[in-house]
Amino acid sequence: MTQRRLFGDELGQRLDEVLFASHSHRSATRIAEGLEDLNRDQQERVLHWANVAAGTYAEIGYQIATLAPQAFAVLDDAGFDAWALAGLDAFDRQGGRAAMELLRDLDGFRATRAGALPVAKFSEVETRLARFIQGLSGRPLSLSADPDAGATAWTDSETIHLPARLASLPHSEANRGLYKVLAVILWAQTRYGTFGSALIDLHAALAPWLDTVDYPRALRWLSALEAVRLEARIAAELPGLAAEIAALRGPWPIVLDPMVVRLSSLDATLADTLAVLSGCMAGSEDAPLLPHQVRIDPAAALRVRAARIAHDKQVLSRAINALKGSGGRPGPRDETMAPLAADGAAVEFSLGDEALALPPEARAAAQSLLQDLGEVPPECLVPAGPGAWQPTERSDGGEGVAGQREPDRRYDEWDYRRKAYRKDWCHLYEADVAPGDADYVAEVKRRHAGLIRQIRRRFEMLRGEDRMLGRQAEGEELDLDAAVDAIADCNSGMETSERLFRRRTRNERSLAAMFMVDMSGSTKGWVNDAERESLVMLCEALESLGDAYAIYGFSGWTRTRSDIYRIKRFDEAYGTMVQARIAAVAAKDYTRMGVATRHLTQLLLRQPARHRLLVTLSDGRPDDYGDEYRGHYGIEDTRRALQEARQKGVRSYCITIDRQGADYLAHMYGASHYSVLHDVKKLPLKIADIYRRLVS
Amino acid sequence: MKIETVAPQLATIAEEPYYQAIGDETALFEAAYARRLPLLLKGPTGCGKTRFVEYMAWRLKRPLVTVACHDDLTTADLVGRYLIVGNQTTWVDGPLTAAVRAGAICYLDEIVEARKDTIVVIHPLADARRMLAVDKRGEMVMAPASFMLVVSYNPGYQSVLKEIKPSTRQRFVAVDFDYPEAAVEAGIVATEGKVDVDTARRLVKLGELTRNLKGAGLDEGASTRLLVHAAQLIGAGIAPHAACTAAVARALSDDPDMNGTLDDLVRAVF
Repeated sequence: MTQRRLFGDELGQRLDEVLFASHSHRSATRIAEGLEDLNRDQQERVLHWANVAAGTYAEIGYQIATLAPQAFAVLDDAGFDAWALAGLDAFDRQGGRAAMELLRDLDGFRATRAGALPVAKFSEVETRLARFIQGLSGRPLSLSADPDAGATAWTDSETIHLPARLASLPHSEANRGLYKVLAVILWAQTRYGTFGSALIDLHAALAPWLDTVDYPRALRWLSALEAVRLEARIAAELPGLAAEIAALRGPWPIVLDPMVVRLSSLDATLADTLAVLSGCMAGSEDAPLLPHQVRIDPAAALRVRAARIAHDKQVLSRAINALKGSGGRPGPRDETMAPLAADGAAVEFSLGDEALALPPEARAAAQSLLQDLGEVPPECLVPAGPGAWQPTERSDGGEGVAGQREPDRRYDEWDYRRKAYRKDWCHLYEADVAPGDADYVAEVKRRHAGLIRQIRRRFEMLRGEDRMLGRQAEGEELDLDAAVDAIADCNSGMETSERLFRRRTRNERSLAAMFMVDMSGSTKGWVNDAERESLVMLCEALESLGDAYAIYGFSGWTRTRSDIYRIKRFDEAYGTMVQARIAAVAAKDYTRMGVATRHLTQLLLRQPARHRLLVTLSDGRPDDYGDEYRGHYGIEDTRRALQEARQKGVRSYCITIDRQGADYLAHMYGASHYSVLHDVKKLPLKIADIYRRLVS
Repeated sequence: MKIETVAPQLATIAEEPYYQAIGDETALFEAAYARRLPLLLKGPTGCGKTRFVEYMAWRLKRPLVTVACHDDLTTADLVGRYLIVGNQTTWVDGPLTAAVRAGAICYLDEIVEARKDTIVVIHPLADARRMLAVDKRGEMVMAPASFMLVVSYNPGYQSVLKEIKPSTRQRFVAVDFDYPEAAVEAGIVATEGKVDVDTARRLVKLGELTRNLKGAGLDEGASTRLLVHAAQLIGAGIAPHAACTAAVARALSDDPDMNGTLDDLVRAVF
């Protein structure tokens, strides 16, 4: 049965509910009128997405509803969904303005979706390009997208800035190629000294035009001339790549022809470029526009470069200082080390006749200096005064607390309303639990001595032992019983068996278990006590079983701070440190379970085991600060995270101390993959059952 | 029941294997051999450890017994076992026992792959005692002066399971191996792969580029061995692109993204 269309007033009312629940200074009437002509399915679709979007940001919901009639004019249903989703995605990544722009650019969206526009997007090529640039080596360079339309690629010598979209060539494949060429030219600028060296000061060379109207023209010439010089340098080392660049640019513009020979010589440096540049600037012509045009921003590049050189010098001096002071080689103060093989590919240092091995940081610094200056400055090669090399003495990097440092990982989160992931949504921080009372565990063990003995016995029975298999077709050694039988058979003229060997098989259970402990605020009090006691008994049990296991706590406060607390890593022994950390397990903030599940699944997947088990100890449903994660959203996200884990071969099980929990637990973990506990003593016994189920 | 001993025949290497010395490893090997010290070769895969041992065996005119270790390798696989032949029980020496008896060089390749309980059997051989206990025969085989034990492993593995125990490693003289510097490596690739120097240089460049990606999607960069393979394919008439894709790029990674990057690198060089 097709339902009738909604009329304007009905639409208006529902839109009001969805969009203007909080502040109704705007009327939905006008939007509702626009939607009246759509059929009922489309109307419902609009209302659905407006609702979903308003849950994120009311303005996007408003925009979707407003633009819906135009959107349906150019998009089918699936296209409409994709359009709305793309808008939300843009909001997550770049904020409201980008989302609005994307939603408004309906034609652009439709064309991209239909593959009609020859657009290449930065996000499509980013991973591959970043690795490619890293492969080309030299100093690490990062890539970044410039969202402005019509942006020109440039570099500050540490980051390569590329336009977010390229559409200047007729095919998207060609535009992807253009991304590569642009990135390579910019890489070559940093690699082959476009920003100067110890001998050439770019700033001074450009001084005649600085602050004049001619300055932009000088920079355009510089960029074009350098493109010629750098391409020749690339051709010497990477001929295939140079051929690709040449194919993309076509023949050089005629104005450049006279300069090509000089700049293409292999010993041409920035000095040659600058000499040619003066000649060009003497004329009145503007620089030709190249298909792979890049921008040079000397001010930004020189600033970054100066800071880097200072830092590298310091690192290198320290390292050399430490080397000279160590190993019984005091050496006179004025003794300098000679860089060997300073061809830019590798740097080695010698002291006297001996080659010295520098720490990796110092080696990178030396290489970086070589790239910036064309030499390792002599002042770095003498000791820099007292004080040993400390790799930790780098100025960057706060420690410990989240908020000051970059997250350790970012994870996607499932939004059930969008039926899509929010990309890199959760920021995850990992830290050790600060050790607490070292005697706590001993005390618990004393109190529960009987129970622990019982658990140990149960688990020892489970332990896999090596077994000898007799009468095998092949094996390590002769099975004497079988051999005697065989000889007897043979002597009596019967056919002898060939199964004469004994073979040792290991009953390998090969199981790695990850315990994920709820450290949310709601565990405060007896739940926390119960958790800690369970952990003690769990460890006792698993120690006697000999399986690999790890324990991590989780808590957090909104998506920007999901904390994972290390209690015991897989490769850590159950010693005093771990015991002290168990004692210090405390109630913290909220329970954003999805991201914790995803992270611990990752850790678990690194374990070389046949069976992997993720056990959650919790006291209730997923929850986080604010209304968003609480309720359905959090449950669906956690369920999704557990599904992902299952697809990767991780089995999950939940043990909870929430008596009302049965309904959502079955939904999240599956019918028989959870238990609700009332008594802490049952926990380790339950674990035994889970193990038996897994290995049998 | 008659017991017979069968020892495999061990032959010396007749033809000089191609080996390009990088540093003082030849002198070190000879000194260790003269002083009866066991040797541990560390280095990434395909950098020439096995070839080096072959070359040294040829140079010292000793037979070479190579055992590729794996996680099912048992003590019996190394030491030997009884077999039934016809109506008799016959003892067959394992490769290690055979090497000890013959005074050969025994090379245990990728020793970390072997089970820990198996490795213990080499301990008495690798210290001053220089003997091998053959428990099943109640026999102690003393190693003659010409016997030498060489083991290798790749410290690049990140797995905690692939670590060599201190009690094992501290019996050995350790030598580090790495990929040779570009000019030397190009020479090796040209000689082994039978290609011209320019092609060899480009292949080595490709090797360098992939090694820059170690830890950024690749566990290891292209080894000298892979570069030689590519060179051999080129020598056999395969186009350089196709040869590098097959012998280097696809051999390094299964990940489609990574393969894309590697293809880009191949195209950058050729």
